[in-house]
Amino acid sequence: MDILLLLIPVSLVIVGGIAWVMLWAAKSGQFDDLEGPAHSVIMDDDIPPRPDDDVPPANAK
Amino acid sequence: MSASPELMNAPTFLPEETACFHCGLPVPDGAPYPIRFDAATHPACCRGCQAVAQTIIDSGQGAYYTHRTALPATPQQAEAELAQLGLYDLPEIQESFVRVEAENVREAALILENIVCAACIWLNERHIAALPGVLSVEINYATRRARVRWDNSRIPLSAILKAVSDIGYIAHPFDPGRSDDIYKRERNTAIKRLAIAGLGMMQVMMYALPTYTATDMTDEIRRLMSWASLVLTIPVVLYSAWPFFLGAWRDLKRRTLGMDVPVALGVGTAFVASVYSTFSGHGEVYYDSVTMFIFLLLTGRFLEMNARRRAGAAVEELVKLIPAAATRLPDWPARTEQQVPVARLAVGDHVLVRPGETLPADGTVVDGSSAVSEAMLTGESLPVSKSAGTKVVGGSLNQASPLVVRVDKLGADTRLASIVRLLDRAQSEKPRIGQLADRAAAWFVGLLLVITVIVGAAWHVIDPGKALWIVVSVLVVTCPCALGLATPAALTTGTGRLTRLGLLTTRGHALETLARTTDLVFDKTGTLTHGQLSVRRVLPQGGRSENEVAALAAALEAGSEHPIARALCRHASTQHTASELRNTPGLGVEGRIGQHRYRLGAPRYVAPDTAPPDEADGATWVGLAEDAHLIAWFALADTPRADAGTALAELTRLGIRVHLLSGDSEAAVAATARQLGINDWHAGALPEDKLAYVKTLQGQGRIVAMVGDGINDAPVLAGAQVSIAMGEGTDVAQAAADMVMLGSRLGTLSEGVVLARKTQKIIRQNLGWALGYNLIAIPAAALGHVTPWIAGIGMSASSLLVVLNALRLSEFKGGTVSGKP
Repeated sequence: MDILLLLIPVSLVIVGGIAWVMLWAAKSGQFDDLEGPAHSVIMDDDIPPRPDDDVPPANAK
Repeated sequence: MSASPELMNAPTFLPEETACFHCGLPVPDGAPYPIRFDAATHPACCRGCQAVAQTIIDSGQGAYYTHRTALPATPQQAEAELAQLGLYDLPEIQESFVRVEAENVREAALILENIVCAACIWLNERHIAALPGVLSVEINYATRRARVRWDNSRIPLSAILKAVSDIGYIAHPFDPGRSDDIYKRERNTAIKRLAIAGLGMMQVMMYALPTYTATDMTDEIRRLMSWASLVLTIPVVLYSAWPFFLGAWRDLKRRTLGMDVPVALGVGTAFVASVYSTFSGHGEVYYDSVTMFIFLLLTGRFLEMNARRRAGAAVEELVKLIPAAATRLPDWPARTEQQVPVARLAVGDHVLVRPGETLPADGTVVDGSSAVSEAMLTGESLPVSKSAGTKVVGGSLNQASPLVVRVDKLGADTRLASIVRLLDRAQSEKPRIGQLADRAAAWFVGLLLVITVIVGAAWHVIDPGKALWIVVSVLVVTCPCALGLATPAALTTGTGRLTRLGLLTTRGHALETLARTTDLVFDKTGTLTHGQLSVRRVLPQGGRSENEVAALAAALEAGSEHPIARALCRHASTQHTASELRNTPGLGVEGRIGQHRYRLGAPRYVAPDTAPPDEADGATWVGLAEDAHLIAWFALADTPRADAGTALAELTRLGIRVHLLSGDSEAAVAATARQLGINDWHAGALPEDKLAYVKTLQGQGRIVAMVGDGINDAPVLAGAQVSIAMGEGTDVAQAAADMVMLGSRLGTLSEGVVLARKTQKIIRQNLGWALGYNLIAIPAAALGHVTPWIAGIGMSASSLLVVLNALRLSEFKGGTVSGKP
């Protein structure tokens, strides 16, 4: 049981850390759009343009 | 390369071969607009779709077509509007919505139109980001707003807007303004409060559970746990629960009792008592109850706030009605043109309004004659003809030919502004049924406080040592949690489900009232019909074929924006080209095709001696004459929506009486009513008549729901117990309405009624449970039979049950009405 004397304060520190991360996330706008990223992650950005295209891709960055 | 596998996997939104590849509309026979995609050729319905699709595919973003989950609108943008994009580069116009970051770095907020699914966001982001000179672009899926940063020395803003319109979307710059900032800050704060409460709750529970279950826990550990819980609860109470204390304080100052009062009192007392017991080392702690209670209530409020915000977005976009820039004629009657921001116009200025442009202010026409669509202001689908001397209204759309207008009223003096003010007032005066629930809650709270005081006083006499604990027990066990959550939990879930079904709730009471609705009143224009003329019948005369006369008519009307012309052009494709076209406003058009002269238009213009076929179905007759010989009659009419019949039948089955009130002519309304089987209908109704009709129904004790789409419906919408605006209708109507239909599927209405009734049932179950629980728990706690941990578990279980019961609503599968969206 004595280990609790250490673990409880440690858990407090961890919760404090998580809280700090959450506040940072809220402040930096991580929660601004909760729907878009869920969709955008499954869209491939790197589909190569087909070589048989007549027109060269305009988005060559 | 063979057809890509994605193409095979996503058949739903790759339209069939007979439908336009881009927008999914039927392709007219022989429309010469092929689209090349994945080594195959697909048809398109018009040049606009072809151009947009080819731009998307050629820039390497063809994956859009395999990923999209909804079909886009058919691209249509007036040439005039495209020409106007250049104006957005003028510094004085950029002033209001562009933020200058560094020397050349600019940032602007844009509203994107026509976004229908996540693939649209992806497409726009990629397309804009690929432009040279664009530094970054972010599009918010929820709000459909984009934030673009660009280098002004490399690309002008107009080029960015043009690129967006190339792929079939419309971007409007807008001034995010103060309300947006305030909302963003509020939402951020709410998220932070929620995060702190959630974390605190979880960890405090971790400490609390062993103290409830462990049998061999030493006092030392127990005290350590309560100290740790205290540390975690302090921020939850002082930061997360702050709004409740603030609300309770405001209530007390106004001498009312809201739900915030017992919440604040319960939280405050339980917390103070727990702190006292932590310091003194005896007694019970209630940190777990306190944090959980706060977290659950905050979650409810957060969801409510989001729903409200989405509902209000339409109001903000109202500002788009007035354009940013206008063409001033400073030396009128000389025609020197000057582009100025609308804000710089003065009363008495002359402005030139080209076809396709929106009128910047109220004024009087001094030169030119044209058809002006006031649909945005009146909901009336047909344009009104305007000539020198007639008044025009800011926000209406010029459709036919250029007008020179003298500005009479600007800004806050315009009719648009006054309509918005009227709406504001109508809304603030609207009686809220929700207020009744608040009053009932106030009584309950008052009673609860009285009981608590009596119990406290009684125990103070019997056993002063136990008094504080029993008072807290009463407050905790009766914790108005279940009672407070009963209604909002069901309402939030119900409204959420309803939104996914396509009915957005903008006022709290709407769902409640919809459930009790006995009468549904429709405004014909745009609610039951398409609000767009289409050719219903073609009667060729003198041995001509139907296709032949339709093609001739389409050729004569090819260049015109008039609704009749558009209907005729949609009806048939043509290989003819008309020359020497001459337009007589209000009558028709004359032109030459091949060897013959043709006239197309009103019967008295085309064939003064022949009367059109007399059929009382409310159609508009248009004649076509070849060298002064009548060769065809066209009947044009507004057609009912495909799903209107089934939707109305479903409503009748639910026991709701359906009425039709319309400002249109008797014949047209009668035709629609007959087709749809509506018995209660009234034609030629002015807004006042409609309002009187609704009041009469209400006088008979009926609960009236009004479905409308125009500003002329606004007073009626505000007068009905619950009002539903069509999402396709005007923004102003939506602002006044309690609910907004997001799609055009009328079946949503009956589904909404069913869901609303179900929500009502669940609210009653929840309230019944909460009351029953309290009736048992309060006496038990008052008599000192409830140990604190039972009080805590009882409270948690009772609120959990309420929430779980409410969640059943999210499983609601919609009504029995099915129809194509």
